[in-house]
Amino acid sequence: MAENESLLLTLIDRHQSALLDGWLDCMTRSPRSGALRRDGETREQAKRFLEQLRRSVQYQQSADIYAQDWAPMRELLEEVSRARVTQGFTPTETATFVFSLKEPLFQLLRREVDSADRLADEIWIATRLLDALGLYTIECFAKTREELIGRQQQELLELSTPVVELWEGILALPLIGTLDSARTQIVMESLLESIVESGAEIAIIDITGVPTVDTLVAQHLIKTISAARLMGADCILSGIRPQIAQTIVHLGLELNVVSKATMADALALALRRSGRSIENRAAPKPRQGE
Amino acid sequence: MSEIPILRIGDCLLVSIQVDMHDRLAMALQDDLTQRIVQDRARGVMIDISALEIVDSFIGRMLNNIAAMSRVLDAVTVVVGMRPAVAITLVELGLTLTGVRTALNVDKGLAMIRNIIDRGEQYDERRGG
Repeated sequence: MAENESLLLTLIDRHQSALLDGWLDCMTRSPRSGALRRDGETREQAKRFLEQLRRSVQYQQSADIYAQDWAPMRELLEEVSRARVTQGFTPTETATFVFSLKEPLFQLLRREVDSADRLADEIWIATRLLDALGLYTIECFAKTREELIGRQQQELLELSTPVVELWEGILALPLIGTLDSARTQIVMESLLESIVESGAEIAIIDITGVPTVDTLVAQHLIKTISAARLMGADCILSGIRPQIAQTIVHLGLELNVVSKATMADALALALRRSGRSIENRAAPKPRQGE
Repeated sequence: MSEIPILRIGDCLLVSIQVDMHDRLAMALQDDLTQRIVQDRARGVMIDISALEIVDSFIGRMLNNIAAMSRVLDAVTVVVGMRPAVAITLVELGLTLTGVRTALNVDKGLAMIRNIIDRGEQYDERRGG
């Protein structure tokens, strides 16, 4: 085993630049490697990878890349895959970075090793090592993507729950996206805080941006409405699309709340309830009330 | 045993709950309050719970009971000053206090009682519409 590893070591030592060129060449040839950017960056990364591989092979005790002595190599791969995530590479393109080293390496091995048995052994060892490193790269890629998605979810959560004061004493809560438990909690909290701050007595909950209303969403809406009522504010539901109206009836949901088709109607009702009236001064006909 | 004071404002009674409620205190409050409603010919009752950080099912039931008793004696009950966290907890517990009217603060509660008495819609417990 020790002898085999040192062979890999000597190969890298002796043919470093040839290996590097062959590798980069292989990356460029592969249509899915995304190496249109065969620029300094990829070359730099490849060079560092080879150096690190040499060092790791030299000092390593085990072929287990999760061992302590492989830590710098893992860091390098994490860095490479993270950079590729942000540049919009696909997983295949990212993994090809490591896997395309195989071709030039195997060619070198074939040239250096005479016996067929020995060659098979060497190729097997190199393959195992590079596969492990390649898979680790993909793992890092996926992890970085997951972090990105998590962060976006968090941002979405914060973005999508504004409470707007439409008029003195009238709040609007335009809901956008699906209502799950976590979001309902945030929506409820921000609505109640705004009720306390503004002393509003009417809150318009607009569900134009809610794609579907099922029993769970309805339950969350009812909770929000009940909590607002406990704080002394009446709710008006608005932005109910025809399809959602049908769904609500088919599901037998009882929302127990005044609902309007559009936000405009809801605002008109809210203004009327708080003792204000709207009139169209251009055409002296009073606005039709329900 | 401490006693919960009942203040009179015009023909309304104001009860401010600021201590932890327990069985005996609740019973005493119900006793006192019903007596005062009759004695003062009160038309409205305001229960201020702005000092309470925790409202459990026991207090929820007590509020419902007081509202029901006042209704029998022809007085409107309004619960005022509930905190957001308390409202969320009550909703999660499934206690929406459907028989009780609510207002944000004492000011709005008083206005609400005045409004209801003036319109004489004591028996219409439905809100909104």
